[in-house]
Amino acid sequence: MLSLSLTELAFYLFAFVTVAAGALVISAKNPVHSVLWLILAFFSSAGLFVLMGAEFLAMLLVIVYVGAVAVLFLFVVMMLDINFVELRQGFLQYLPIGALIGAILAIELVVLGSAWHFGPDVASNIAAQAPAATEVENTKALGQIIYTDYIFIFQTAGLILLVAMIGAIVLTHRTRPGVKRQNIAEQVARRPEDAFELVDVEVGKGVPMPTKKG
Amino acid sequence: MVEAFFEWFPTTWLGMLLGVEQTGLFYFVTIVAIILAIVFPLLIAVAFAVYFDRKIWASVQLRRGPNVVGPFGLLQSFADGFKLFLKETVIPTGANKAIFLMAPMITFVLALISWAVIPFGDGMALANLNVGILYILAVSSLGVYGIIMSGWASNSRYAFLGSLRSAAQMVSYEVSIGFVLVCVLLAVGSLNLNDVVLAQEGGIHRWYFIPFAPVFLIFYISALAETNRPPFDLPEAEAELVAGYQVEYSSMAFALFFLGEYANILLMSAVMAILFFGGWYAPIPALDFIPGFFWLFIKICFFFWTFAMVKAFVPRYRYDQLMRLGWKVFLPLSLFLVVFYAGFMVAFDLLPGQ
Repeated sequence: MLSLSLTELAFYLFAFVTVAAGALVISAKNPVHSVLWLILAFFSSAGLFVLMGAEFLAMLLVIVYVGAVAVLFLFVVMMLDINFVELRQGFLQYLPIGALIGAILAIELVVLGSAWHFGPDVASNIAAQAPAATEVENTKALGQIIYTDYIFIFQTAGLILLVAMIGAIVLTHRTRPGVKRQNIAEQVARRPEDAFELVDVEVGKGVPMPTKKG
Repeated sequence: MVEAFFEWFPTTWLGMLLGVEQTGLFYFVTIVAIILAIVFPLLIAVAFAVYFDRKIWASVQLRRGPNVVGPFGLLQSFADGFKLFLKETVIPTGANKAIFLMAPMITFVLALISWAVIPFGDGMALANLNVGILYILAVSSLGVYGIIMSGWASNSRYAFLGSLRSAAQMVSYEVSIGFVLVCVLLAVGSLNLNDVVLAQEGGIHRWYFIPFAPVFLIFYISALAETNRPPFDLPEAEAELVAGYQVEYSSMAFALFFLGEYANILLMSAVMAILFFGGWYAPIPALDFIPGFFWLFIKICFFFWTFAMVKAFVPRYRYDQLMRLGWKVFLPLSLFLVVFYAGFMVAFDLLPGQ
């Protein structure tokens, strides 16, 4: 009888779902379905992280990729106005070149895999593993490495992301003339005295045009 | 809690009588039993939360509120639920059927699974995760999908606009919630919700809402936005969008959205109680002989009451004002507060674990 522990069962479940969802991402006809499958793939790979004891990474994967990045994907894809029939028309025409590129990539992978050599100190690195997850918390262990040994690399990566973000804003931002904007501070600072005045109206004369204030 | 029960139960007379052994099956049954012990009271609490919500608005507006079904109208929510259960589930012709039906289920399930890490007493959580706070953040960020999927799958302009609004709103306010959590975590030194409460032991003057008052305020308002409660209920703004992403839903599908929404509100109340109001601790240590669950329940009720009051007397925000508040006020403010608290704790040597 095939006996599997609960952890093994969970591993095969998550692994199968990840691979299947990954396959469905590229084969789904509707792009929105593709993105939803992609989210499922992210989610189940987070499950795999949990099984490996990397709970912090798992949560970050869900928060960052599923909670933020994939939402933006979904936004963009939902807004697209795609004609699915038109999209599939050129399939046969592009098939030879697509197959060629795929074959080249596959050959490159094989070449790379066959010529792969492990570094001389890999074995000792694996042997010198971090203490067990029960002793040092995941989060603490990561923090101790990232904020000491790799602080400059870590900060540089953050800076590059910041520059990319600012660059994207600068490139896409345009000032349009004639846009009415609210100045909240001005609105809040406005007092009743500034906004209206009481006028005694003489009978038969009417009210003169108010002088504009603030 | 699960592990302790797992080891304790087979040693009791009942466990011996039943011949229970520490097997995988027993472990599974234990976990399912504990899940049910959390979910059933939660669903009943949700039903009464809906009732009290309506009663509170009614009192503010000098109305009676639900008062027909059962004594004082207490059974109104169950009557409503029963009515929804008997109705037909209408699926629009142009709708994407699978996603349309999946969206309310996702919303409902996500609202329930967050409760797995909530500690009801010292160590009394279904899963005492080391990354409990991140888990809650992760699950609440997944909550966007229920709404986006329902809006898109409905194939209706109103539903789509409502879901886009809601998604943008939830993503925006998650940012400030994240920074607020960082502030609290700096003081605790752990991501475990159990540790967060343990750090506040010793009476009301040790609770975090005193040193972290500005942070708590930001969290409270962000929680209102995150749960789509007034004054931030723009996703379902009935004046402009009919009912937002829920337009096309009827029957149980609608009921699942509704239950999920209220379960999320209760969850946010529980998280506030745990982060800032000492979780299961009594305000005076002498009162700690009363079970911790009771105190947590009282605190959740209090926050739910404030949520209902806010709904009763605050007018709805305009959408651009909402975005301005999230990105231009809360984000810089909470970022500043993280730096401020971190600097303060380093300067006065208050960091934990040193």
